[in-house]
Amino acid sequence: MTRYDSLADAVGGTPLVGLPRLSPRWDSGSGQPAVRLWAKLEDRNPTGSIKDRAALAMVAAAEADGRLTPGCTILEPTSGNTGISLAMIAKLKGYGLVCVMPENTSTERRQLLEMFGARIVSSPAAGGSNQAVAVAKQLAAENPDWVMLYQYGNPANAQAHYDGTGPEILADLPGVTHFVAGLGTTGTLMGAGRFLREKVPGIQVIAAEPRYGELVYGLRNIDEGFVPELYDDTVLTSRFSVTSYDALRRTRDLVEQEGIFAGISTGAILHAALATADRALKAGQRADVVFVVCDGGWKYLSTGAYSGSLQQAAELLEGQLWA
Amino acid sequence: MAVEVKIPTILRTYTDGAKSVPGEGENLAALLDDLDSRHAGLKGRLVTEDGALHRFVNVYVNDEDVRFTGSLETKLSDGDAVTILPAVAGGADAAQ
Repeated sequence: MTRYDSLADAVGGTPLVGLPRLSPRWDSGSGQPAVRLWAKLEDRNPTGSIKDRAALAMVAAAEADGRLTPGCTILEPTSGNTGISLAMIAKLKGYGLVCVMPENTSTERRQLLEMFGARIVSSPAAGGSNQAVAVAKQLAAENPDWVMLYQYGNPANAQAHYDGTGPEILADLPGVTHFVAGLGTTGTLMGAGRFLREKVPGIQVIAAEPRYGELVYGLRNIDEGFVPELYDDTVLTSRFSVTSYDALRRTRDLVEQEGIFAGISTGAILHAALATADRALKAGQRADVVFVVCDGGWKYLSTGAYSGSLQQAAELLEGQLWA
Repeated sequence: MAVEVKIPTILRTYTDGAKSVPGEGENLAALLDDLDSRHAGLKGRLVTEDGALHRFVNVYVNDEDVRFTGSLETKLSDGDAVTILPAVAGGADAAQ
């Protein structure tokens, strides 16, 4: 079924595609167990990222409980994709949207948000997403009629993946042994991870988080750190921190070897997926590793991620929030 | 077990500004004791009084979060890279 009454109805139902070249052992014909990688192409959502799922679910939940009524303004701290998804849904449903984003996010994301009619409030680059969250909370207090959906703590974010992403993966690949996704709001991992752990005994749920340059961590105070309210570490079985260099390297591998043009955070996730697959290979175990392609590479072209040497590209990314 | 430990900017007051320092220990707990013997006070910023890692501190051995590999009991081998980072909010994608 590929006909829909509206764009919002076209969210989800994304393809799962195999990676025969990047997989350590795609074919089990040798008598050795297969160790295969599968990409869940979330860039195929209407605005081009996995965030369409959370945005749609959070808006629907806020409408259902009466917080969001016609003409309302939505407020959200977002470094880009969630804002773009919310902007599309706000456009379809007639809401206003204010996004708080760190000033060091890519120019494409700003342009997209402005095109969709969102208002952007910039938060200082040095404060990163932590400060965008703080600024949004302050704006929410000053504007009580605005509705903050707050993706970091909104159960509907994780529920979208419990109801959608997780079941889709299991239906397409009942033999899935590992699920790897990015860790930001933690919604994808908490929702799909919980679903898969309930249905697939022994499944491994692996988080990949971006490790930024020093500029991004510079002013972080260890006593006032940030852990999203949605996060529950019992859902995960391991968690990798991936440098900009490794994320870029894998982003390029993905397009060069498999023809998948993905954003930089997907490279970080692939890096963790390959480390996981490599362990299974060494242990002589069959593995069907599903990883999430969060978005396409289009919004990151201006970062220089796709041209020049890896080292140059990694240096250009220093100080930018690339996930 | 000689390892290299990367120190975040916010904790470099304990290491005379050094970005990374050498350390030794058969596991993470022993490493932190070793570091604290030369950089007094560092351990107290990472570990709570009841002996758990501070909630807003993440420690990685070869890029893997130690909370999933035995926490302070995580074994170390020669040449391992240990990275200490403050917890930060994620970004746009799933890593969002």
